[in-house]
Amino acid sequence: MTGAGEGRGQPIVELSSVTRAFGSMVAVRDVDLSVWPREFLVILGESGSGKTTLLKMINRLQPPDSGDVLIEGRPTGAVVEHELRRHIGYVFQRVGLFPHMTVAENIAVTPRLLGWSEESVRARVDELLALVNLPAEMAPRLPAALSGGQRQRVGVARALAARPKIMLMDEPFGALDPVTRDSLGSEYRQLHERMGLVTVMVTHDVLEALLLADRIVVMRAGAIVASGTPHEMMNDPRDAEVRKLMDMPRRQMTRVAAMLDDARRP
Amino acid sequence: MNDRFANAWALLPGYLSQHVVLSAAAMALGLVVSLALVVAAVRSARVRWPVLAFASLIQTVPSLALLALFYPLLLALSGLADGVFGVGFSALGFLPSLLALALYSMLPVIRNGVAGILNIDPAVIEAARGVGMTDWQRLWRVELPLAAPLLMAGIRTAAVWVIGTATLSTPVGQVSLGNYIFSGLQLQDWVSVLFGCIAAAVLALVVDQLLGVIETGLARRSRPRVAAGVAALAVGIAVAALPLGRGAAASYVVGGKNFSEQFILVDLMTARIAEAGGAAVQRTGLGSAVVFAALASGDIDVYVDYSGTLWANVMRRTDVPRREPMLEELRAWLAEEHGVVMLGSLGFENAYGLAMRRDRAEQLGIATIADLAAHASELSMGGDLEFFSRPEWAALRSAYGLAFASRREFEPTFMYRAVEGGEVDVISAFTSDGRIAANDLLVLADPAGAILPYDAIVLIARKRANDDVLRRALAPLIGAIPLALMQEANYRVDRERDKETPAATARWLENEIAARGN
Repeated sequence: MTGAGEGRGQPIVELSSVTRAFGSMVAVRDVDLSVWPREFLVILGESGSGKTTLLKMINRLQPPDSGDVLIEGRPTGAVVEHELRRHIGYVFQRVGLFPHMTVAENIAVTPRLLGWSEESVRARVDELLALVNLPAEMAPRLPAALSGGQRQRVGVARALAARPKIMLMDEPFGALDPVTRDSLGSEYRQLHERMGLVTVMVTHDVLEALLLADRIVVMRAGAIVASGTPHEMMNDPRDAEVRKLMDMPRRQMTRVAAMLDDARRP
Repeated sequence: MNDRFANAWALLPGYLSQHVVLSAAAMALGLVVSLALVVAAVRSARVRWPVLAFASLIQTVPSLALLALFYPLLLALSGLADGVFGVGFSALGFLPSLLALALYSMLPVIRNGVAGILNIDPAVIEAARGVGMTDWQRLWRVELPLAAPLLMAGIRTAAVWVIGTATLSTPVGQVSLGNYIFSGLQLQDWVSVLFGCIAAAVLALVVDQLLGVIETGLARRSRPRVAAGVAALAVGIAVAALPLGRGAAASYVVGGKNFSEQFILVDLMTARIAEAGGAAVQRTGLGSAVVFAALASGDIDVYVDYSGTLWANVMRRTDVPRREPMLEELRAWLAEEHGVVMLGSLGFENAYGLAMRRDRAEQLGIATIADLAAHASELSMGGDLEFFSRPEWAALRSAYGLAFASRREFEPTFMYRAVEGGEVDVISAFTSDGRIAANDLLVLADPAGAILPYDAIVLIARKRANDDVLRRALAPLIGAIPLALMQEANYRVDRERDKETPAATARWLENEIAARGN
């Protein structure tokens, strides 16, 4: 499962020399990035590194000040914004479920905006509840009655509802407890495989990046400082800071392994 | 008492219906404008501040003044529309009340609406954009539903304000529950005042409760509850609007100002018109500044004014001519400037005068204001609430050099009690006031002619200038009401015991006139 996709035809998402500043603060400076079919790309970085801004440029929640964003070869600036977003799934840490709509209505939002028939909307909601492992009884409940993990499952289902090819995820599991985070992460990775999605996920959790990504790009101060498969990142980071970043999970794993060894001794 | 209650009860359907329709229309208009402003204010911080400041500013204008200001404004607009398109509109009554009340309803709706939308969790707004909603879809599907409970709370506040404030639309010619209050206050008919207050309060409470049902329905996302509240309100408004359709047959509009004599004369003229085969509606309690403009623009057809009032306030003259030349000049000016027909004088004057207890005046040897001036430094003077700021007072002082030992202001009822009890020696009085004869007061003569003549004159609007019914009905009244008769009629309404209604007094007066004519 090595994922770097150069040479696999046309990139699905292509950012070329994009820049975005907030006043005098430059969040993203002259970044180039391509995401390939079926790729799971993780953007890793500290808070303030510009990773969220870079992600939001893809669905124009943050339009770039300069540079181009292409989806399947077409510049996003030429498409009506809301049309663009209806075809790109978007999941973020604070979930943002509509509190006045039931679980089913939340999931059905984008298909209804696209004018699907009620029949196909209903079938799609049932299908998605099963897909994200939520019982069908959840459908008529309001978000306030759900746990944090259940809410983000609904968030993922809502993003997938209109069968997008691309999923953008901004620290989607960051607010969840470690057990839920791990299971949701791996369940989502399976969905990504099964549905042949292109996923761009932002996180500051190195271990999560290593476990989920086909390819990791590391951002610092608005620029990409490293890019490679998890394997390359662990074994051959060219950048000293990236090496330090990758050493941390390695050290933790070594210590855990030592503990396991100790426990096995009689 | 029972009689007064029955009288008030009989007026309720008409007053309540007009009050409800006015309040509902003002709320509907106010809501549409407020919601548009809410949307503009939440979309742009640059618009937000001026919108909220404007809505707050309106609240600082006293509501009565706000209502009164719309009348001249609309009159000017109507004149403009008439000039440009050849179609004017009635600037009296419904329209100025509607606009003022709609403006008045805006602050709570705008404030709560803006707060309701701006307080929505930013994550929800980001999600709405992220799933691909347009700005309008976000507004209708997310922002308004989430702001709805707070918005409804604002609408409830606005509705209660509007229903309460609508009682103030009486002076600009809109019939409302305020007619009970304005006429009751003037006629010292506390049953009527209380009846009006309670009716308005009950209406406000009922509407508040129904809107409350909608509000909790929205908060609990219970559609049946919202539907029940909306249906109850709609039925209420529809039922209230029913009697309005029936009033359409009336053709003449009789206007009147807000004091006892005017209420009696309006009832008298209405009765006369009915007997002459016409149908008339009344616009009573009109502000002094409104009523002439209403006649000149044809919003009312007929009313009684006083020559001195028109001379000073409408013609803006400051000289004080004698009675006959003044009436002739006034008649010519009214016809020329406004096409208004002065049918004639009723036969009495309702002027400002100075009055003393007869025994006290005789004891001091005072018969005229000139006599009074010699004794003024030992006497105390009582005036009604506006007397000392009126031009008549300034004219009297400069003509006779009046300088009293002290002066006090009173509400009229208490002013008559004060002179009766000797607390003050001289009071300001309206010469047709029934209490002058009843309390055996002497109105001092004005040998210097300092006070303007105030003949009661019947005025007819341009469009009714040659109306047969109106002339047949009102011509017999000209010169038929001497001062003593009007004083007695006024006293029947103003006295504290065995008070009569203006309508009953009008019937009595009509009989007296007929008897004297024979």
